[in-house]
Amino acid sequence: MTLNRRTFLGTTAAAATTLAAPTVLAQGAGKPRVVVIGGGAGGATAARYIAKDSDGAIDVTLVEPTRTYFTCFFSNLYLGGFKEFSDIGHTYGTIAASGVNVIHDWAVDVDRDAKTVTLAGGSTLPYDKLILSPGIDFVDGAVEGWSIEAQNAMPHAYKAGSQSELLRAQLEAMPEGGTFAMVAPPNPYRCPPGPYERVSMVAHFMKENNPTAKIIVADPKPKFSKMALFQEGWNKHYPGVVDWIGEEFGGGNVSVDTANMTVTIDGEETSVDVCNVIPAQKAGRIADMAGVTDGNWAPVNAADMSTKADADVYVLGDAAAQGDMPKSGFAANSQAKVCANAVRGALTGSKVFPAKFSNTCWSLIATDDGVKVGATYEATEEKIAKVDGFISETGEDSALRKATYEESEGWYTGITTDMFG
Amino acid sequence: MTVGFRALPFALASGLLACATSVAAEEGDPEAGKEVFAYCSGCHEVGKGAEHGIGPHLNGLFGRQAATQEGFPYSESFKRAGTGGLEWHAETLDVFLENPTAIASGTRMSFDGLEDPQERLDLIAYLRRFSDNPRDIPEADPTIQGMDHDLDSEILALVGDPEYGEYLSGECVSCHQAGGANDGIPSIVLWPEEDFVVAMHAYKNKQRNHPVMQMVAGRLGDEEIAALAAYFGQLTTE
Repeated sequence: MTLNRRTFLGTTAAAATTLAAPTVLAQGAGKPRVVVIGGGAGGATAARYIAKDSDGAIDVTLVEPTRTYFTCFFSNLYLGGFKEFSDIGHTYGTIAASGVNVIHDWAVDVDRDAKTVTLAGGSTLPYDKLILSPGIDFVDGAVEGWSIEAQNAMPHAYKAGSQSELLRAQLEAMPEGGTFAMVAPPNPYRCPPGPYERVSMVAHFMKENNPTAKIIVADPKPKFSKMALFQEGWNKHYPGVVDWIGEEFGGGNVSVDTANMTVTIDGEETSVDVCNVIPAQKAGRIADMAGVTDGNWAPVNAADMSTKADADVYVLGDAAAQGDMPKSGFAANSQAKVCANAVRGALTGSKVFPAKFSNTCWSLIATDDGVKVGATYEATEEKIAKVDGFISETGEDSALRKATYEESEGWYTGITTDMFG
Repeated sequence: MTVGFRALPFALASGLLACATSVAAEEGDPEAGKEVFAYCSGCHEVGKGAEHGIGPHLNGLFGRQAATQEGFPYSESFKRAGTGGLEWHAETLDVFLENPTAIASGTRMSFDGLEDPQERLDLIAYLRRFSDNPRDIPEADPTIQGMDHDLDSEILALVGDPEYGEYLSGECVSCHQAGGANDGIPSIVLWPEEDFVVAMHAYKNKQRNHPVMQMVAGRLGDEEIAALAAYFGQLTTE
């Protein structure tokens, strides 16, 4: 078996490696092993950077079930018709060619005592350092009447892929003058401006294809990311189309009936044609199975993204409870580089530089009307703490908004190249 | 005329500041500036009937968003700066005239800059005459100090550590591709190190407008900027 052979080879090779890096590898393993679970903005970046920067000194395995990864970022632009579905799909060939062992399988268990990961296919992967970047799962029973079994009737489309295609097909099939409803999630959740960019993209689609259609948003929050910018944009581009029902008007008191296609908001039932339910979220399940979560998320140390529960297990991106950073692809990518630097240092003795994090989120409101929000962060004892930030302003001229959208396209190519090579 | 009226305070100010080498009088002398304009007149026209030549004409410059005149093929660098909000005022012109690459790295303007702050102020005072409705007139704009904006030679002389730069570059390549491609966000590889350092400090000092870059550069120290310049300067394009 792979495990036994590896362990055996490991012990014989240990002496040579130990000479090169006497202060590390106390476990007695051979070439140190890093297993990364989840091949999105956090995991793919971490795997690629560790393999690239260690130049073969670390054995890196990436476990990701999908062979083509569809990014959540820009999936709203696909819904709006600004991107083709194939534009947001990425494969792992370049990462594999760069020396990462890519396994398309589900991780179904983590044994932190034995330091192994079990895959659905039956294999067991030993690790010295384990990086979990599993994204999100949904909290059971978060929206009354909705469950994962009903996701075809009322898609979440909040993990990009077939759900995104389904929602797009439902938009296309909507009857003339029909109603699109969204049940928005409570904080914290993946991509804070995401639901509102989606509302914008649905409104854009309707303006072009079904101009008398209406949009209702039931929101448990009193306010949301880039709220002034979105509301200004909705009034400008889609006047009278979007009915946002926030907390104070009972937006959090929602149930759905997936069989009869109704949404009940604060006691008032409405028939809808398409209903996008984005439930409350929690860390991807493997984080819970590994026993590194506290509540819905996995608390981590800001300096290196190691979990509070286990110094050899790291959690990146949406699944982590880290402090001030939003749950975004940009943030996961930023955290991955800090983590990769720390993991490589711990395993090979390479220099570890101080953690620096940053995030920028672009959103598209309408054709050539892009906005952005961003911040820089540092690691404190307590959390990842915000240092400085900015946000687009209301009333910006159209040339700047267009430039901001074009910049977001450049960013998309940049970050996906950084993730997938 | 306003300009003539300024002669007295100008004389006082120049006396007070005579001992400072890098600080000019608060106000420029447009007559002296007319002489300085000889550096520019090979490419730029100004005054009645001025037209675009090798460079754009300079009538109505004050208060105008950069790179927005019809009929002149501005460089991408300048267009980006203009869209980002760069407007021509005494302060921005002063920075630009001292070192054009601080504002627009890729400008085609073949001019190294005017080191002498007095020459810059004189030139700015001269150019003001050709703006119909300049926002900065009268000239008593308190922000016009004719300060030396150029970086200390010590900052430019720093030798960056490319290994540190490689780590720091992680923050850059989320947007700027390490392979040097430009798909909407400009390439930052293979720049001359000094241009890179000057540009980053211009963001840091908010002389350039882009909010993401002001934020990112704002927390980078001199050594870190030097490290990034060293790292990106030695990358190869794919």
